Amino acid sequence: MNNTVGVLALQGAYQKHVESLSSLGVGSRLIRRASELNGCCALILPGGESTTISLLLQKNDLYSPIKTFAENHPVLGVCAGMILMASDVDDERVTPLGLLPFRASRNFYGRQMHSFSADVTLDFDDRPFNAPFIRAPGIEKLSPEITRLATLNNNAVMIGMGDHIALSFHPELTDDTRIHAYWLNRFERAMYY
Amino acid sequence: MRDNTENNTGTSDGAFEVNVGLAEMLKGGAIMDVTNAEQARIAEDAGACAVMALERIPSDIRRDGGVARMSDPGMIEEIKNTVSIPVMAKCRIGHFAEAQILQALEVDFIDESEVLTPADEVNHIYKRDFTVPFVCGATNLGEALRRIGEGAAMMRTKGEAGSGNIVEAVRHMRALQDEMRRLTTLGKEQLMSVAKEWGAPYDLVCYVAEHGKLPVPNFSAGGISTPADAALVRQLGAQAVFVGSGIFKSDDPVARAAAIVKATTYYDDPSVLLEVSRGLQAAMKGLEMSEIPEEERLAIRGW
Repeated sequence: MNNTVGVLALQGAYQKHVESLSSLGVGSRLIRRASELNGCCALILPGGESTTISLLLQKNDLYSPIKTFAENHPVLGVCAGMILMASDVDDERVTPLGLLPFRASRNFYGRQMHSFSADVTLDFDDRPFNAPFIRAPGIEKLSPEITRLATLNNNAVMIGMGDHIALSFHPELTDDTRIHAYWLNRFERAMYY
Repeated sequence: MRDNTENNTGTSDGAFEVNVGLAEMLKGGAIMDVTNAEQARIAEDAGACAVMALERIPSDIRRDGGVARMSDPGMIEEIKNTVSIPVMAKCRIGHFAEAQILQALEVDFIDESEVLTPADEVNHIYKRDFTVPFVCGATNLGEALRRIGEGAAMMRTKGEAGSGNIVEAVRHMRALQDEMRRLTTLGKEQLMSVAKEWGAPYDLVCYVAEHGKLPVPNFSAGGISTPADAALVRQLGAQAVFVGSGIFKSDDPVARAAAIVKATTYYDDPSVLLEVSRGLQAAMKGLEMSEIPEEERLAIRGW
């Protein structure tokens, strides 16, 4: 079975996801062209600047191929990638892919001065996750079919529906691979059983 | 990040890591110099991942002469209110009061820049005193490690700002890469001697010797004027590019900005580089290095 994970590599922290996957023994491929999705089993939409990534998706004819692939495969979206997964964004400069029914609020936690690290509570693990939030987006207007997977001060910071997972913070900037492993296990189980 | 071998900067509260994290988010992108809200909008619409707000772009600073200082906060504020991407601003080397003002203004990154007239010929800013992240220029590895030792969360080549000439950025990037490669081949007993020779923090010399890379992202700046220039420095190891005078001193800023963004993303695909290089109007004229007197070179500012 093919288990290469595609990592969208138009702009942002894509290399860090390659490293997280690699430390879990999972192969990956950078995606800059639609043809590179062939043979991938899943997709990571990394952090970066959401306006930039959204524009580059449009300008390089990647929006439709990525959307089609993402609708039919597991997706992990982080920060800017989470914004792209939303059905609605509070900023018309971003055209989201509409993979998860919620509203993403850009720079919800403020400018870089207000970026921080904090322990978030995970639904699927007893130990908290020390999570960097960098000009992080917020999760609002959650549709009831979405599950909250992590919270900070009772606010959802990681959500999931099926094989689609979106989060406000950056697990790829840490050595803690539990988030990536959780996502991989979630869809690998579905693929194998 | 929780691993202490990754944390060579002495901070323990995670603030430094969060600042390096923003630098990570800018990778693979183009950061553009802008002097007003309209240019900022053009940069954002072209796909810039951040803008550098400044009153005069480097080539005009070079032409006008005089003392170049931090920009008017009102002008920076206007740009902050116009775009949603991160906004950076420059302070003079060693001018920590300008940096305090920029931090109070909540810019997203401060560039302690040789493009402005240095305020201190001996000391750079102690950047760990600040919450906001700093980027600094370097011409070689020792200089980069000194700045990281002071707390810089991102490095860039100095190049020769405002020259429209890529040769110095290439020289600096090659020097940095060569020195990093060389460090990885040395024995442990040789590293203290290198630290002494370069005046660089020993722990950071050891970090580079072990990992073969800087502990913070490494971008390129100074003289990038064409899509091919952006692709060149990316292929030489720059993880993102700063474009200063190259865009708004050209005859077609809108098209050139978009072309440079695309060349930065597809830096290793000649067919895309061909497509975006075609049909652009004149690039900025630029200067041969021999036309710039030694004492007017910006890259020699700072140490």
